Amino acid sequence: MSIDPSWYLTLAAVLFTIGALGLIVRRNVLVMFMCVELMLNAANLTFVTFARSLNDIGGQVAVFFVLVVAAAEVVVGLGIIVAIFRRRVGATADDAHELKG
Amino acid sequence: MGTLLAATIPDALTFAVAAVIVIVGGIGVVCSRNPVHAALMLVMTLFGIAVLFIEENAQFLAAVQIIVYAGAIVVLFLFVIMLLGIDRREALFADAFRGQRLIAVGLGIGGLVEVLLLAGSHWTTGAHAVAGKLNASGNNVTKLGRSLFTTYLLPFEVTSALLIVAVIGAVVLARRPPTAAAAPEEEEVTEAPEPEEVGAP
Repeated sequence: MSIDPSWYLTLAAVLFTIGALGLIVRRNVLVMFMCVELMLNAANLTFVTFARSLNDIGGQVAVFFVLVVAAAEVVVGLGIIVAIFRRRVGATADDAHELKG
Repeated sequence: MGTLLAATIPDALTFAVAAVIVIVGGIGVVCSRNPVHAALMLVMTLFGIAVLFIEENAQFLAAVQIIVYAGAIVVLFLFVIMLLGIDRREALFADAFRGQRLIAVGLGIGGLVEVLLLAGSHWTTGAHAVAGKLNASGNNVTKLGRSLFTTYLLPFEVTSALLIVAVIGAVVLARRPPTAAAAPEEEEVTEAPEPEEVGAP
């Protein structure tokens, strides 16, 4: 007998919480971005767990789409980060308030 | 919440080891001062998630997780870190305002406890096998591909448009603006002077 889905869901909730905490606490833009990846992975784990416990392939297809969206998000986000760092070396997330016109 | 011991010993052992790897990696991402270490900890977490995917009969997604996340996305992170030269240590204990860290930890733990309490014993509810049976005959890749190219064909096509938009957006964002060469902040970027800079008014 395989493991009860609730264990996976609890683990995913813990991982999501860690990611959300890091997103709030850290000021380095790149590390904040990695925390977003943690949260996306927690959501993926939840999808796969529900796919198994509901016997539905749709959950795994959803993970596929989340992967694509994550890849696109990383490409655009890192482009923005490179553009910010080109203007100001060593900028943190707090320095983005200079964006206001 | 069923006990972990109800599962067979290899299953329980695999889950426990992978869960520890995932949690330690996640905490490492949040707590490491050096962004390079954070990226390596992220790789560790992604490997743990891939092991859990295999444990849950999602073999294709486990492979894609390793190839796309650990192989492409984290390498892109490391590439940006090295390219910008921002792999210096960061002061972890400099709050933007007083007590920000405490409030964040309180909010996080509160949210987690709320989720666990609200879920109660009803972890999984809903209709079974709407998009297709997971335990039908055939291997995982076949079932996933058939579902992707029949039921989810339109989202799959929209995905390609999304990727094209992302590529164009990255090119536009990373391109050096043609008129910004005269800006004083651009001085530190070592590059050969552009010819039109001479004739600029």
